[in-house]
Amino acid sequence: MGKLKYALFTGCTAKQSTPEQMMSTMAVAEKLDIELVELTEASCCGASHLQDYDDFLSLVLNARNIAYAEKHGLTMVTICNTCQLNTAMTKHRLDNNADLKARVNEKLEEVGLVYAGTSKITHFLYAIIDDFGLDKIKKMVVTPLSQFNIAPFYGCHNIRPSELQNETHDTPENSYNPTSLDDLIIACGGNTVDYEQKNKCCGFHAELQAPKVAATLTGNAIAGAMDGNADWMVTPCPLCHLKLDTQTHHASVAVGREVSLPVLHMQQMIGLALGCPPETLGMKHHVTKVDFV
Amino acid sequence: MSTTTINTQKVNFNVFRFNADEDYLPYYENYSMDVTSEEVVLDILNRIKWDHDGSFSYRRSCRHGICGTCAIKVNGRVTLACKESMTDMIEIFGNELTIEPLSKKRAIKDMIIDKADFWEKHEAVTPYLDTEIDENPTAENLVTPAQANALDEADLCIQCGACHYACPVVEISDAFMGPAAFAAAYRFEADVRDGNDSRLTDVNQMGSGVWDCVKCFECAEACPKEINPIEKIGKLHNMLFQSGQANSNVATRHAVGFEKSIKRNGVLDEGGLVLYSELAGIVKHVPVALKMFSKGKIVPPWGIIKSDNLDEIQKLVKSSSTAKF
Repeated sequence: MGKLKYALFTGCTAKQSTPEQMMSTMAVAEKLDIELVELTEASCCGASHLQDYDDFLSLVLNARNIAYAEKHGLTMVTICNTCQLNTAMTKHRLDNNADLKARVNEKLEEVGLVYAGTSKITHFLYAIIDDFGLDKIKKMVVTPLSQFNIAPFYGCHNIRPSELQNETHDTPENSYNPTSLDDLIIACGGNTVDYEQKNKCCGFHAELQAPKVAATLTGNAIAGAMDGNADWMVTPCPLCHLKLDTQTHHASVAVGREVSLPVLHMQQMIGLALGCPPETLGMKHHVTKVDFV
Repeated sequence: MSTTTINTQKVNFNVFRFNADEDYLPYYENYSMDVTSEEVVLDILNRIKWDHDGSFSYRRSCRHGICGTCAIKVNGRVTLACKESMTDMIEIFGNELTIEPLSKKRAIKDMIIDKADFWEKHEAVTPYLDTEIDENPTAENLVTPAQANALDEADLCIQCGACHYACPVVEISDAFMGPAAFAAAYRFEADVRDGNDSRLTDVNQMGSGVWDCVKCFECAEACPKEINPIEKIGKLHNMLFQSGQANSNVATRHAVGFEKSIKRNGVLDEGGLVLYSELAGIVKHVPVALKMFSKGKIVPPWGIIKSDNLDEIQKLVKSSSTAKF
């Protein structure tokens, strides 16, 4: 296998509210000898809200981001579930509707770009599983996480709608019984926690308009992990991370009990297992203290 | 002549049992059965009743995936019992299966639930063609294929309730109308023959309105007719903006705020978006924001790294915008 190389779509969160995610992504990529070419030209994906206002504009902007990955001739790797969903959804719609693709390309031509549909779009989690291989990760582990019970929190936009998601990666995933993140935990030497909320919603996308609903979903998720005897949670999605890490007060009020657990980004968990120095993983940026590192 | 082998497997079923007239709490009964690969979930319900306990109760009727009465949950997955193959269930979940009603808190007897909330919400969206009929028409009332396609299969809904009871917001908030009611509203709003001019406004104003969807896609995943209700909720959002009925509120400003931020920076200004969406309501976010700030999680507007080639993005926002607020 030659060196793996991807076009990295960081999304906005990794550059603002979850700096630790950006740091740990780069640290882990270096450790795994994966080359990430950052798409610095990329815009926001619209986070599944812009399309509620202007669906066509959302398509054009996402197609532009993909066009830049195509220019590099690389698969686009995302590190946010919602970026993954919006980008992959755009690709799916354009690849299956010649008329829509032509209308979008008419706009992209104005800025000298074209969407061809040649780049794959996959989340870093699936790039690691499909292309790098969990067996190789397992062999590289220097600090097995065997003393930890780790609760996987998948995040909706990596697993649903499953038909779309399964187009984007080779390892099949069932949204009702997902295994990818569990497999990654096991590869890192950890013990997985099975709990009802692991494939449920964290509430992030309704936080402003329906704060009680959102806080209840967050609270249920953390409570489920706690009741499953988890030491900490891990997620591939920075938006889920924001909810679970920073909103524990509102979540506790909503569900009527104190809920709080350290929450790691998937990249931080891999980094710990592979022996990356903790300071390169940005643990100090967490609101809920990561007290075991 | 080819021979077909029907594989048999031993499966343990944990079955939710409850009788509202007699039981204080529900309990689970265990049934172990040999299951053949050709069976569907409904066959298992039948066998529990016929072979194990005649008092076991569930709804069923057509056995052809069209009456929508037999929807239940298997290991948390909403399924139309007459359509769902046991082979698929075993493949996904293994040989330990938990059978539950669509909504445990609405259980009356075993799999039978009180679906009143579903029907009330469905009825509230005027789920029928509302139009003045010319009793002496002089020409056919033609609908073009393109106009028919605009329904986007929303007319295939069988009111089984799968999406409604898969929706986490419905589970928590009685005020939320739910994916099925919204899909029904869209089905008639998108129908060129419909003349109701208050449905869209009503849907926007009833309960907690159309904006509380958490975008989890549980409804899209659950629908046995693949109607994709969340897509219809998105289309209702688009319709509200297009018709100028999207009032300025935290949810609408949140959607519009993305365009504003993208126009300015290419990327999102996270703090700016919350401020634009919340206006004075920003105050309630201050305690969490301070904690985030102390951990280096808040970038001030002047610290945001804008997208390269921002002029392209700005040009595209200008030329490709199709909505106004």
